[in-house]
Amino acid sequence: MWRKIGYVLSLIVAAVVPVIVLVLLPAWGILAAVALLIAWLALTRTGRQAWSATALAITTIPQRIGSSCVVVIGIAGVVGVLVALLAMAEGFRATLQQTGSDDTAIALRAGSQTEINSVLDHGSVVVLSQEPQVKRDAQNRPIASPEIVVAAAIPKKASGITANVEIRGVGEQAWELYPRLRIIAGRRFRPGLRELIVGKGAAREFAHTGIGSSLDLNGQPWTVVGEFDSGDSHNSELWADTAAVATTYQRGNSVSSVTVRLESARSFDAFKATIASDPRLKVEVQTTRKYFNAQSEGLAKIIRVLGTAVAVIMGIGALFGALNTMYAAVATRAREIATLRAIGFRGAPVVVSVLIETLLLAVGGGVIGAAIAWLLFDNYTASTLGANFSQVVFEFRVTPALLATGLKWALAIGFLGGLFPAVRAARMPVTEGLREL
Amino acid sequence: MKYLHLVWSALFRRKTRTVFTLLSVMAAFLLFGLLNSVRAAFANAGQSVAGASRLITISKVSFMVSLPKSLEMRIQALPGVAAVSYANWFGGIYQDPKNFFANEAVAPNFFDVYSELKLSAAELRAFAATRTGAVVGASLAQKFHWKIGDQIPLQATIFPQKGGGNTWTFNLVGIYHVANPSEKGRENAMFFHWKYFDEATQFGGGNVGWYIEKIAQPKAADRIAQAIDAISANSDHETKTQSEDAFQASFVSQFADIGLIVGSIMGAVFFTLVLLTGNTMAQAVRERIPELAILKTIGFSNRSVLALVLAESALLLVLGGAAGLGLAELAVSVIRARLGAIPMLPVGLGSWLQGLALMVLIGLLVGALPARRGMTLRIVDALAGR
Repeated sequence: MWRKIGYVLSLIVAAVVPVIVLVLLPAWGILAAVALLIAWLALTRTGRQAWSATALAITTIPQRIGSSCVVVIGIAGVVGVLVALLAMAEGFRATLQQTGSDDTAIALRAGSQTEINSVLDHGSVVVLSQEPQVKRDAQNRPIASPEIVVAAAIPKKASGITANVEIRGVGEQAWELYPRLRIIAGRRFRPGLRELIVGKGAAREFAHTGIGSSLDLNGQPWTVVGEFDSGDSHNSELWADTAAVATTYQRGNSVSSVTVRLESARSFDAFKATIASDPRLKVEVQTTRKYFNAQSEGLAKIIRVLGTAVAVIMGIGALFGALNTMYAAVATRAREIATLRAIGFRGAPVVVSVLIETLLLAVGGGVIGAAIAWLLFDNYTASTLGANFSQVVFEFRVTPALLATGLKWALAIGFLGGLFPAVRAARMPVTEGLREL
Repeated sequence: MKYLHLVWSALFRRKTRTVFTLLSVMAAFLLFGLLNSVRAAFANAGQSVAGASRLITISKVSFMVSLPKSLEMRIQALPGVAAVSYANWFGGIYQDPKNFFANEAVAPNFFDVYSELKLSAAELRAFAATRTGAVVGASLAQKFHWKIGDQIPLQATIFPQKGGGNTWTFNLVGIYHVANPSEKGRENAMFFHWKYFDEATQFGGGNVGWYIEKIAQPKAADRIAQAIDAISANSDHETKTQSEDAFQASFVSQFADIGLIVGSIMGAVFFTLVLLTGNTMAQAVRERIPELAILKTIGFSNRSVLALVLAESALLLVLGGAAGLGLAELAVSVIRARLGAIPMLPVGLGSWLQGLALMVLIGLLVGALPARRGMTLRIVDALAGR
């Protein structure tokens, strides 16, 4: 009785501890573990026994190819879905994170969390851009861009349903402030005119955004004159001159926000302190990196949690599939395993051989799943509703770290699915096994 | 039906294998139930019964641009419009931005137009009489342990008060309920007087966010919507009027193509499931070839052997699938009770029917090959083990 309880407990520990270690281990740790295993297989007597038992097991896989495929494809499904969903979260986060930097700062009205909710009067704009920490260009003008953000409803290309696109009016210093932005077709808008340039992502998602086409904004006709690529979330926007946008949307001389380039990332604290002590200003400043990071946090977290939950449920399904397959494999090879035991193989090599067989199948499945996710979804374009109630276009990113996560899941499922059948194989009485058909 | 016992004992001939397969099927249908509930919540957004009789008027530019209050009387005067109400998004934060819930400044007759938000007569009177009064939904009140008489401070994100203060304090005078269990999510909102909001806000100036029109005859909706938009045609505040359903559907569809995501995941899940149960059935039939031969020897026809194997695999799927969907039903109700405002509908009759159809279909599909093998086996060969 006590022996049985002890046996079950030790089996549970043997199952759970390695999985926890696996989850915590970094990629090089796994490689080191694999190297250790190979050294053990090659150098010790038990290791060599285990290796020949494994080789035997592997050569018999083609005889039960159908059920082995269940392990491979089951795990491929889990890893594929997991990697695809995590790639969505990662892509959204990366797009917004790249948008900000540490040496540019954005000022919003105190209390506003997004630009679309913020209003700054002309006086604040002037005071903000004249602060000593703001960098100046060759003509000694401060590099600051007063910006207006409004949302316009435009039909999407794919569905024809109208969705909000962000229209951003920028000041004349914007080209200095956003050095990564390149015009990839057409030309820049001219100040004062009702001309728009369209971000690469917005051009792909929204209708009427080709160069030369006309867009109706607040009842006035605007012309698209160029297309730009900034490599970040501004790609989902349409840009125009702040003054022209203010006229169309009747904003007078108020704007939504001011973005400034600082002398260096270190001068942000001084900049913030100067503004906090100025009684004329009721604004909050933050680095643009912090501002855009905060926008991605919520949604990226939701996607990650949902993706993991879906993968856990699928993983449980695949685990039972793997258990079934490996129990069946051990049962069909019962005579073979009993013969090995009869000619002197110990229990450990048998356990290890079944485990290695399952892990190899699992890694095969993991690689297939990760490859499918990578082929289908790397750089797949999607869009969602961002913080300014407008569409943010982003690309899925299948990063090496995500692929490694997927492989870890595959290894964990393979380990759990192989351990119990392996122990059964080793504990099977030899005489019974030899009589098995 | 008289063979149920036979099918049952064949299914549990190898207990471990059947139980493992059942658990896999269960996991697949648990996922099916959960994802279907999310998909349904997005697809059904705003399809309430009252939806057809309400129209929403927003600015043609975007729903964040406000409209002049003067439109109220002109819309009211149109034939076919039973009542006009209006509201303005406030976007206030309670304590922490993570505690998001909708809060809106609304017209005095808001709860007449939204009659499915139930308040007692006394609460309605108290709301009408209190300038800074606010009404919240039952789920929201429960979440923050609010009770009538509490003061609720909200931090403004869009609308500071005159004088620059950012904190608005409201007196809780009523808690509304929504009877329909699938719309409990609507209990996560707070409403207060537009009049108080407009007087105290820094940049208000007599504008409202959107109008809600209650119309007498849903059939006349199109005509009335056009008449409303005609009032402000060619002005600087052109409007767009649509049914409540259409308005919410267009809003929800901006988040993501939920249908596509759910569809792809379910595709991967069911593909794996077919393979897995197919393998189990193939193994089960392979082991039992001699038994099937004996059945045929004692007089079972080819067709009944086929039916027996098909019934076995369908039973396997239905048992596991029903357990999975049941579990999904439980999980959804727990999640909805805990988290409140979450886009998930209860697993309804529709999901059950869809799920059952899928179970039977997959069962027949994976049973087909093994069953054919059982049907066509030759008794002599099978008994001889050839």
